Amino acid sequence: MADDDLDLSALPDDDLVGQMHDDLYDGLKDEIEIGVRILLDRGWTPYRVLTEALVEGMRIVGVDFRDGILFVPEVLLSANAMKAGMAILKPLLAETGAPKTGKMVIGTVKGDIHDIGKNLVAMMMEGAGFEVVDLGVNTDVDRYLAAIDEHQPDILGMSALLTTTMPYMKVVIDALASKGIREQIVVLVGGAPLNEEFAASVGADAYCRDAAVAVETAKAFMQRRANRRDAAD
Amino acid sequence: MLTKLLQSRDWLLADGATGTNLFAMGLTSGEAPELWNEQHPDRIRRLHQDFVDAGADIILTNSFGGTSRRLMLHNAHTRVGTLNRLAGQHARTVADAADRPVVVAGSVGPTGDLFAPLGSLTEAEAVEVFVEQMEGLKAGGVDVLWIETMSAVEEMRAAALAATKVGLPYTVTASFDTAGRTMMGITPDAMARATTGFVPAPHGIGCNCGVGASDLLVSVLGITATVPDTVVIAKANCGIPQVRGGSIDYSGTLDLMADYARLACDSGARIIGGCCGTSPAHLLAMRRALHTHQRGARPDTATLVARLGALAAPPAKDGAAPRRNRRREGA
Repeated sequence: MADDDLDLSALPDDDLVGQMHDDLYDGLKDEIEIGVRILLDRGWTPYRVLTEALVEGMRIVGVDFRDGILFVPEVLLSANAMKAGMAILKPLLAETGAPKTGKMVIGTVKGDIHDIGKNLVAMMMEGAGFEVVDLGVNTDVDRYLAAIDEHQPDILGMSALLTTTMPYMKVVIDALASKGIREQIVVLVGGAPLNEEFAASVGADAYCRDAAVAVETAKAFMQRRANRRDAAD
Repeated sequence: MLTKLLQSRDWLLADGATGTNLFAMGLTSGEAPELWNEQHPDRIRRLHQDFVDAGADIILTNSFGGTSRRLMLHNAHTRVGTLNRLAGQHARTVADAADRPVVVAGSVGPTGDLFAPLGSLTEAEAVEVFVEQMEGLKAGGVDVLWIETMSAVEEMRAAALAATKVGLPYTVTASFDTAGRTMMGITPDAMARATTGFVPAPHGIGCNCGVGASDLLVSVLGITATVPDTVVIAKANCGIPQVRGGSIDYSGTLDLMADYARLACDSGARIIGGCCGTSPAHLLAMRRALHTHQRGARPDTATLVARLGALAAPPAKDGAAPRRNRRREGA
């Protein structure tokens, strides 16, 4: 393979970052780890490596996922490569106190074991700089509420793949409302059988067709929230 | 039985939804429908009976989530055999009491797990999981195993292999819900080629669930174009789900589902039914529509959209392709 001939450490920064975007796209985990280490050795801050190499690379993956050019298998490989890079950066980011995009609590709803889409959203959100608390599958309303109480997230993500489990989203959102905390949190929902009308009818803030759209939507809500805060200052 | 019916009839009517109709009977969200085979056998038989009364030639057992992988969530993974046997028996009882031949199809849904190397499930494990469920369905008296809502070819193959081990004929349908493909990126054409290559071959292949009637029939056209001589199955959702008050409603009208049935027939489907949201009343409308319908010319996408509504998840633009190894190839 031509891959063997390419010496990442010989590339100037710009070309290396471009190459890392391509390697993320191709799901090349080892190459991403090497690239991250080279950039750190060259004195890049962990936050800069995260945003310019990994987040930007995953953004490109996200666009082609959204447009129906890439599908779950490819995006999972990309996300795994991204996670490998993140594993190196995470402890360093914690040390340097790098800014967070926001915080999300996510889980597949009660009665549903499907976590492929939910995992993709969690990984892509991490890739976009969010802190993600993943509650796994079969999440009942008490576990959602406890996690929200403990982590105080900006965003709650709920996933369902079955038409028999998706109505549970309404149970959770109604519980948020009755506890008086519905307005404090942005609720994003997703899963194959859902649609915008359904999301609206259960009282969610938005339906996200796929992980890429989830990231875009989450960012837009965070931006809006920041603008409101600025306006209030 | 399925083969015999298909030899004597141009089209067969499969039933409508299971899970969403059980909601109307009191199932709550998050509950496993399969547990009702034990707790509410009367309601399961009632649903089968309603579909038979509406004209169904094929009824699907209440066992979609009946593998140990799914039942684990409800601590019922040790009762796979019982729950599936009961599912088969309920449908068998209703089918045998009908005054015409009714095929009992044992519904088998995906495990919910990703196959290795992307996930942890191996083909051997998957076959074992499916065999366990299918043995239960066979003991309950099903005529055919109905492998449905699939998205990965590996899982279709594992389920087909399991059906063969159990010694029953089988069909395979996939859910093409992502830009005209399954979420794993499989096109209708690729699915058709893969599944018709299984040995022994399935008794029918096709599409179920997904995102909307228009999208589903575009996938049916893709399959019938690739394998024109294969029995093709169409089982579309009844429009899109919406919550009204405490209950869930599907937007598809009786007229829409009737027209969907005619267009499914024109698209080359031989077995036509409904998926999520399709009530016995919808099925009756479909039956009436098919009875007075002459199989017509193959519709194009524009016709489907004009009559059934816009595509919910249209395919990527022509010429859009992944950017592969862009730099490395030039390096």
